[in-house]
This record gives sequence, structure tokens and C-alpha cells, in this order.
Amino acid sequence: MISADIQTVMPEIILAVYAMLALLVAVYTTKDAMAPLLTWVTSGLFVLLAFYIGAGEAVTTTAFDGMFNNDGFARFAKIVILISAASVLVMSQEYMQKRDLLRFEYPLLVALSVVGMMVMVSAGDLMALYMGLELQSLALYVVASLRRDSLKSTEAGLKYFVLGALSSGLLLYGASLTYGFAGTTLFSGIMAAASADFSLGLLFGVVFMLAGFAFKVSAAPFHMWTPDVYEGSPTPVTAFFATAPKVAAMGLFARVVHDAFGGIVAEWQQIVAFLAVASMFWGAVAAISQRDIKRLMAYSSIAHMGFALMGLAAGTVLGVQAMLIYMAIYVTMNVGTFAFILGMEKDGRPITDIESLKSYSKKQPLMSLVVLIMMFSLAGVPPMLGFFGKFYVLRAAYDAGLGWLAVAGVVASVIGAFYYLRIVYYVYFGEDTDGVDGTMSPVLWTAAVVTAAIVLLAWVPGINLFGIETIAQAAAETLVN
Amino acid sequence: MTVAAFTFYFFALTTMTGGLMTVISRNPVHSVLWLILSFLSSAGLFVLLGAEFVAMLLIIVYVGAVAVLFLFVVMMLDIDFAELKAEMSRYMPLALLIGAVILMQLGMALGVWSFSDVAQANIAAPKGDAQNTAALGLLIYDKYIILFQLAGLILLVAMIGAIVLTLRHRVDIKRQNVMQQMHRDPAKAMELKDMKPGQGL
Repeated sequence: MISADIQTVMPEIILAVYAMLALLVAVYTTKDAMAPLLTWVTSGLFVLLAFYIGAGEAVTTTAFDGMFNNDGFARFAKIVILISAASVLVMSQEYMQKRDLLRFEYPLLVALSVVGMMVMVSAGDLMALYMGLELQSLALYVVASLRRDSLKSTEAGLKYFVLGALSSGLLLYGASLTYGFAGTTLFSGIMAAASADFSLGLLFGVVFMLAGFAFKVSAAPFHMWTPDVYEGSPTPVTAFFATAPKVAAMGLFARVVHDAFGGIVAEWQQIVAFLAVASMFWGAVAAISQRDIKRLMAYSSIAHMGFALMGLAAGTVLGVQAMLIYMAIYVTMNVGTFAFILGMEKDGRPITDIESLKSYSKKQPLMSLVVLIMMFSLAGVPPMLGFFGKFYVLRAAYDAGLGWLAVAGVVASVIGAFYYLRIVYYVYFGEDTDGVDGTMSPVLWTAAVVTAAIVLLAWVPGINLFGIETIAQAAAETLVN
Repeated sequence: MTVAAFTFYFFALTTMTGGLMTVISRNPVHSVLWLILSFLSSAGLFVLLGAEFVAMLLIIVYVGAVAVLFLFVVMMLDIDFAELKAEMSRYMPLALLIGAVILMQLGMALGVWSFSDVAQANIAAPKGDAQNTAALGLLIYDKYIILFQLAGLILLVAMIGAIVLTLRHRVDIKRQNVMQQMHRDPAKAMELKDMKPGQGL
């Protein structure tokens, strides 16, 4: 019994034990001098675990009396989380070292927050959900204020912490109402109780919990922390925020609405659809006046979360499949875009003003092409990868009878295209300024070029989006039943 | 009104008054004291529920440790609470409005509250005649072992975070070196000079 349970949570145990051992080793040996090595080892371990999870048997197992699920959905989300966290860690090493920010705790805090994310997407119980969420968030609050002598970075950490605590409070209140109604914290028990009879009190519980999740995925109208935290945190941390935690929070969102409230789709569908519309439009409109590329990416992530929620709002297998595909594509695009942003510097100092990109194409034709591909993809221009993500969620929403939502999505995507294309305009047609230097480190250059190639060529018939469609479908089918 | 009902309303009212006064009292030290009152009366509520172990934990851990820590922090931090309060009072009308709306909505929801038909069956039966402490131990270290371990990880992250964000290795200050202290030799530590009377320097 217990050995089977441990077998199921083996990846999490390996990662947690690794983090603790590495912490001890680093403290008792060379401390921060070990940090670059630890960064590489940690991301190597992430990749290994991703392979371990991917190569495992495709069966659904539960552990600890149903508190922990290991199904296709969890495995899909975990692989995306691990791979994206690994690539962001590798990209961040040089930036952090140059600015004297690379402390050995950084990769280990990232590893511990990844443990939390893995628990989140596997949770089968309200308590396990909360434990995973807090483990993830607490580590993120710390890395947000890693540059502790900068006012902006500490402000980012504090703001994230206070608002995150508030959202946890909302979530817990909703969870307690749900528990009060169903008499159990297990998702399967809540599902049975909610499907049998429904009451207004339970609806309040659902609303509070969804509000808490909306905070974590930064969906409007619970998005206000995102721009400040993205701007204030060190850029590699921002890159991390924009990738793995988003996948985890979205996975948790899908897990709860389908595993616990799957019998009352009509009740939460309107809430999720509202969140989706608000995020898409707010992310598209508010980004227009932004001059700082990190703030711009924050609003862009709000808009993208809106699209992912649109898939979820469908409430069908197709919807979850579309959401998973969208998140995988979103993470790929963000890794590439942040690889470029991390390389933006002038005289050795990081620079984030988008005006500094003017006439960049004259200095770096190839990297400008990468920017062009990334921005087109983020805007959803075919045949880039971003278009396919939008295509899947729009189709899912339309098939579920939410035609108006799909139309709203298309309109928001057209509005949002403006600020992506403005960056491309600056890069190619902006007047000459002494903006960013052209040089980039080899790691960042490789990451940017490789992701750009993926984004540009994934649609080619032989590659066919790497077969993600069938994998995501199998994953979605294990969740929605 | 039975004794149990009277005690419940007494503790519940005290808890709420304590919570309200924590937020609105002018002096931060008073706030912490009100918070302690709030904790104490919630402990009373737990006793009414028959959860005496949790009640004692609340008093020992929250009142005994956390609230006292709060008190120290509030006294040591140099924060102009009056200014914070002034800032808060600017938004007070809006906050009151939102609070009133939420209160009414919750009233609507909880007024028609109904339990699920299966809720009673879902609630775990008491573990025989095991005492509170023993029953909790059986659950925490057996059924909920993974949650217990995850809570441990969260505390570890909190500890790492506190160290990462505050530890500074300063080189310009004097440090205690225990080995050096222990190896001091009284013969070498003092030098005795023999001065003749009236010699001067």
C-alpha cells in the first residue's frame, strides 16, 4: 500500500530530496560559487524527470486515498512545467551571475516551487491542492525579491506576497464552504455530492475558489499584481513567472473544475467565460500604452490566460485539450521571447524600454527575424505556432455553443496584435537610435533561435505540431469523464 | 437558552469584537492585544466543539508564541501607523460599501444554506474512544502523511526565504572568534610595566 503510494509520488520525492541535499552540500562547501553548477544540475534533473514521467506507464493511478492523482493530464502538465522550468533556469544563469544575483538558493527555490507545481496539477483533495499551491507561491515570493537591494524588486516581492495571501484567503474560504456542503475534501466526494443536489451555498464556494485561482493565473479582474511584479522582479525570474507557474495554475484550475465540479459545468461555465473575456480585452487594451517590455509581457500573459480560459470555459474534452495545447504553445513562445529580452542590454546593463529596439534590424538581422517570428506568433498570425493555439481554443469554444465567446476572442486578438506589431515596426522601421547592443550570449542566442525555428516550422506536415494534438487529447480524456 | 448556546454566543461575540478592534484600534500594541483576545475566545469555541487539543494548541502556539512575536515586531518596527491609518481612512467609504455588499450576499447564501444529502455520511466517524491527541496523531502521521511532509517543505522554503532575503555577510564588522578567545593566554594578554614612583612617562 504505502510502497505503491510512494512509487506514484516518486518524481516529487526525488526533486524534494535533491533540493534538500543540494542545499546542505552548497552550505557546507563553496556556497555561492557553486550556484552556476547547481543551476545546470537542477535543470538537468528537471529534464530527466520529464523523461521519467513521459516514459512511465500510461495508466491512471491514485495514491494516499485519492489525495494524489497520477493520470495523463497530470503527466502532460508536469512535463510542460519541468521542461519550461529547465529552459528558463539555463537561460537565467548568465544574467544572474553578471548582476551578482546568482545565489545557490535560487535554483533550489525554483526546484522546490516546481515540487509544489507538480503537487498542484496532481491534487485530488482540497488540502493537497492548498499545500501544493502554497509551496509553489512561497518560493516564488522569495525569488521575486531576490534583488534585495533594489526597491522595485522588494516591492514586487511584497506586493506579490500580500495579494497572494489575500487570494489564498479567498480560496480557503471557498474551500471551506465547499467542504461544509459536501462533508469531504476529496474531489471525488465533492463531485458526487454536487452532482446529486446543488445549493446556492456551494455556488458561493465555487465562486470564491475560482476567484482565488484567477489570482494565481492572473486573469482579469484579478490581474493587478502582474505588471508590477513582472517589472520589479529580476528578468530571469519574470521569465520563470510567465511560464511554469502559469501552466501549474491553469492545470489546477482545470483539475478542480472538472474533477470536483465536473457535474455542474453549467454553473461555473459563465464565470470562466467572463474571466476569459475580461482578460482577453484588458490584456489587449491596457498593453497599448506600455513602454516597458516586461510590463508589456505581463499584459500579454493576461491576454493569453484569457484565451486558455476560453478553452476551459467550453467544459468539454475538446476544451481541456485546447487549453493544454494552448499552454504548451504559450510556454514555448514565452521561452523564446524572454531569451531575447534577457539578451537586451546596453553597455552591459539590462534595458527594457521598447524604444531602445528601434533600428535593431540594422545591427542584428538574424535576431530581428527571431523577434519578428515571436511577435507574429504571440499575435496569432498564421502559420506561426501561436495561431494554432488560438485556433484550437476558438474551435473548442465554438463547438461548445459559445459562439459569442469565440467572436470576442477574435476581436481581442486583433486589438492585441497592435502592440506586438509595433515592436516589429520599431525593430525594422524605427529611426536610428543608440539602442540595445547587438550582442547576445551563446546560450540565449541558441534558445531564441531554436524556439523561433520551432515556432516557425511546427506546422510543416511531417512535424505536425510534434503530435501534441493526440497527446493532449489523451490527457484531456483522463480528466474529463 | 442552554449553557452551551450561551457560551457559544459569548465566545463568538468576543471573537468578532476582538477581530474588529484589531483592525480599527489606533494603537498597534492594542491591536495585538485584541488579537490575543480573539485567539483566546476561538480556543473557547474549539473546547465547545470537543476539540480540546486544538484549543490548547491555539493558546500555546498562537497566543504564547505568535502573538508575542507580533508584539515584539510591532514595538521594534519604526512604522508610522498613524500615517498608514490616514491612508486607510481615505479608502474607507469604498471599503465599507464593498464590505456591505459582500456581507449581504453572504447573508443571502448562508440564509438558505443546505447540506448535501451525502454530507453526513461523508464526515468521518470518530475514532472509537481514542482521545483527541491520539486520533489526530493517527490521521496526521498515517492517512495525511503526504500533507504533513508537504507542510514541512513549505516551512523549509519559509526558512530559506528568510535567510536569503536578510542574511548579509559584512566584512567591516568585528566578529566573535571562539577558538581565538579560548586560546588566549593570560601571560601574553597582559603586559606588566614596573613604574618607579614619581617617574612619570
